[in-house]
Amino acid sequence: MLAVNFLLLAAALFCIGVYGVIARRNAVMVLMSIELILNAVTLNLVAFSLINGAVDGQVFALFVIAIAAAEVGVGLAMVLMIYRNRKSIALDELSEMKG
Amino acid sequence: MSALILAADDVNVAQNVAFGIIAAMMIFAALSVVTSKNVVHAALWLVMVLSGVAAQYILASAEFVAASQILVYIGAVMVLFLFGIMLTRAQIGKEAGLNNKGWALGIPVGLVLFGLMAWVILDAFGDDIIADGPPTPTVLLSDQFLSIYLVPFLAVSFVLLAAAIGAIVLARKD
Repeated sequence: MLAVNFLLLAAALFCIGVYGVIARRNAVMVLMSIELILNAVTLNLVAFSLINGAVDGQVFALFVIAIAAAEVGVGLAMVLMIYRNRKSIALDELSEMKG
Repeated sequence: MSALILAADDVNVAQNVAFGIIAAMMIFAALSVVTSKNVVHAALWLVMVLSGVAAQYILASAEFVAASQILVYIGAVMVLFLFGIMLTRAQIGKEAGLNNKGWALGIPVGLVLFGLMAWVILDAFGDDIIADGPPTPTVLLSDQFLSIYLVPFLAVSFVLLAAAIGAIVLARKD
């Protein structure tokens, strides 16, 4: 197995996720794109664990999975609150902080 | 590129074929996630990407991480996403206005980023070959978690608790 296989796949997933974060207007879709980015990173960590023959990368991948679960929980709660207050989750309408 | 990979001598061909099929499926599903006009369909495509990642973990001999991926992402996170979609009353069917006005800006950004990363990866790892090994025993992982990573492990459990309480506080109606 070539080392670049995993790394290139993870890079592609990461870039697709970055495109999604830039292009999407719906807050739930942006959270899904962030999931793509986080999965690309965990894939990289596991690949490096395999390349280096050390198990630490997998430990870090498990940490990232746990933190991602917490992130989705809080993120969706925030989206829900925004929806309740504004009846819309379009991100470009949230411009109160704009100077 | 793939012909070069398959022609390399010490490379396990069956593993590469499996990798290629799953990778193609994952990229297609990921592109569908970011281009779909239907929020529910995007969530279902995301399930496909996440299971593809779990399959890649098994190919990378990280079985415990693959099991955690399936349990946490496909079991829990996707249910949360579907709840989020339903509670924010997404339209059933196609929905207009899912994209920003400047969405096309994302295409050059993504392509340039991928080109840069691919260049760096190919430059750094070139044709390094990963030796085939047995699956990582879960005992090794638990030894790491309960020795040198004990404090981060406890911190993560605290973060999860705080996030759960925070999510309840944010989402409840009072």
